[in-house]
Amino acid sequence: MPMADWLRGGRNREKVRDDAAQWVKCPSCGEVLYRPDLSANLDVCARCSHHFRMRAHDRILSLIDGDFEEIARGVLPADPLSWSDKKSYPQKLAADAAKSGMDEAVLCGFGSIGGYELALGVMDFHFRGGTMGSVVGERLTRLIEAATERGLPCVVFTASGGARMEEGMLALMQMAKTTAAVVRLKASGQPFITVLTDPTTGGVSASFAFQADVILAERNAMIGFAGRRVIEQTIRQRLPDRFQTAEFLLERGHIDGVLDRSNLKSTLERLLGYARAGMQRRKRAELSA
Amino acid sequence: MNPLLEREKGLLELERRIEDLRSANEGQRIDMSTEIASLESKYRQLLAEVFGSLSPWEKVHMARHPRRPTTLDYIAGLDAFDELHGDRMFRDDPAIVGGFARLGGHSIVAIGQQRGRDMKENLARNFGMSTPEGYRKGERLALLAQRFNLPLVTFVDTKGADPGILSEEHAQSEAIAASLEVFAALQVPTLCIIIGEGGSGGALALAIADRVLMLEHSVYSVASPEGCAAILWGDASKADEAAAHLKLTAADLRGFGIVDEVIPEPLGGAHRDPAATVTRVLDRIGAVLDILESFSLPALLDARYEKYRRLGSWRESVAGSEGAT
Repeated sequence: MPMADWLRGGRNREKVRDDAAQWVKCPSCGEVLYRPDLSANLDVCARCSHHFRMRAHDRILSLIDGDFEEIARGVLPADPLSWSDKKSYPQKLAADAAKSGMDEAVLCGFGSIGGYELALGVMDFHFRGGTMGSVVGERLTRLIEAATERGLPCVVFTASGGARMEEGMLALMQMAKTTAAVVRLKASGQPFITVLTDPTTGGVSASFAFQADVILAERNAMIGFAGRRVIEQTIRQRLPDRFQTAEFLLERGHIDGVLDRSNLKSTLERLLGYARAGMQRRKRAELSA
Repeated sequence: MNPLLEREKGLLELERRIEDLRSANEGQRIDMSTEIASLESKYRQLLAEVFGSLSPWEKVHMARHPRRPTTLDYIAGLDAFDELHGDRMFRDDPAIVGGFARLGGHSIVAIGQQRGRDMKENLARNFGMSTPEGYRKGERLALLAQRFNLPLVTFVDTKGADPGILSEEHAQSEAIAASLEVFAALQVPTLCIIIGEGGSGGALALAIADRVLMLEHSVYSVASPEGCAAILWGDASKADEAAAHLKLTAADLRGFGIVDEVIPEPLGGAHRDPAATVTRVLDRIGAVLDILESFSLPALLDARYEKYRRLGSWRESVAGSEGAT
């Protein structure tokens, strides 16, 4: 569907809020930022370059050329464990939906970046902390399978607190399910690229996030398996501030690169270009064989 | 302190009295067999009371029982075992053991998570919590099984991955993610048994398999109940409450299709008759391997994909009609 319709169906980001809500304080440098300016600057602080957590809709708009064909939108959460603590799981889901404008923690679909067609999945931390339950696993699996079928590269932006506790083992099994789909995508010759954004942890970091052919991260993103608090409680000492940052992981050799958000689109275009060049070589070899 | 140990005390006391009476009864003129029989019936009643219906939290303690058989106990029951060490990169993680083995007519590769049976061994084996080197060792041995074209059997018994600073520095996420990839597409039959505690991604790293078996009182969970309580409520002491929510018992997981077969334990749990438990588990492994060997590899791989493809629970609406955004 045309991007404009898709947006209207999605989050109404131009909705006028009260004046106070138009101003945001940068948690890093304290600068007070005018929200429309911040949005125009890809949710990056103009003064200190702090990268705010981006909403999935905004991310897609910032990357995709024209239309975005969303898939698996009808896959919606159930309550397999009939979970209830202070609130029931469906109540938590409804509260997050109202707050975030998302109906789950990932958006998936097809579009183009700089003329390169691709399958794109974008996780959103604002819905249940980006946790992976059955819907995140199912939507991403459908995306990866569709990319394999259509013969397109797949790019996934991660943002996740890990597996979703309220879906128990069914949430853990999404790691296995997405992995199996990634293995088939890679075996088909299509590239798999992930961009790790703040934060990427637990069951998401320990599955598809780190299974990509190329793994990029946004600057200063927190990335790790065990959460900082858990490690600190285990070893009974404070961790250094840089521990588990994108820059730390780059130094340790865990990821391919750390990028400013402003460079992401152009970098992805070039990577998709290399991938296409390789595919064309393969086709030529097949033709001459 | 494991609360099950407390509850077992009465049982152990009765066992001792029955044993005393038996030995006193031998060569005595007064026949005390009636007393013995009455004590034995009381014993069975108490056993059923203590272990007949365990809550999920009690099952967690059963799974962690210090005398519950561990990977090495099952390995000791194999017909042959040749241990192989190391990840070829950094070190040999003692929390994971593995090697070539023989069981019945089958030559296999066996890999298992090994917790300690006492404090000293627990310290040596990091309480069964693998580090990235352990997952890389497991991955290497899994690929070795493929290279030698032998079925792979894994034993899962871990609270979870090691939550340490070095493990993060050595790319814990990558190690688990890579292990999942290898297990998802391994070109040999694979079989996994949850023998104790299956905790989170650390357990899953060895648990993607054509068949997943689980002992009756084992638990398998998205996070340890302590971890789940800490994540959701910031309070690890509410672990019992988390255990009740998590649906982590063998029966629950059989219901979800995550576990293919539940192996019954002796009344009172595997630790009350370790030898019988080991025999029963090894028998089932042999029988399931026989079944897996009857499938072609492509059929096995398709079935493995489909099994995991189906897992999850969601509702489906006509795309776009919900307007949920």
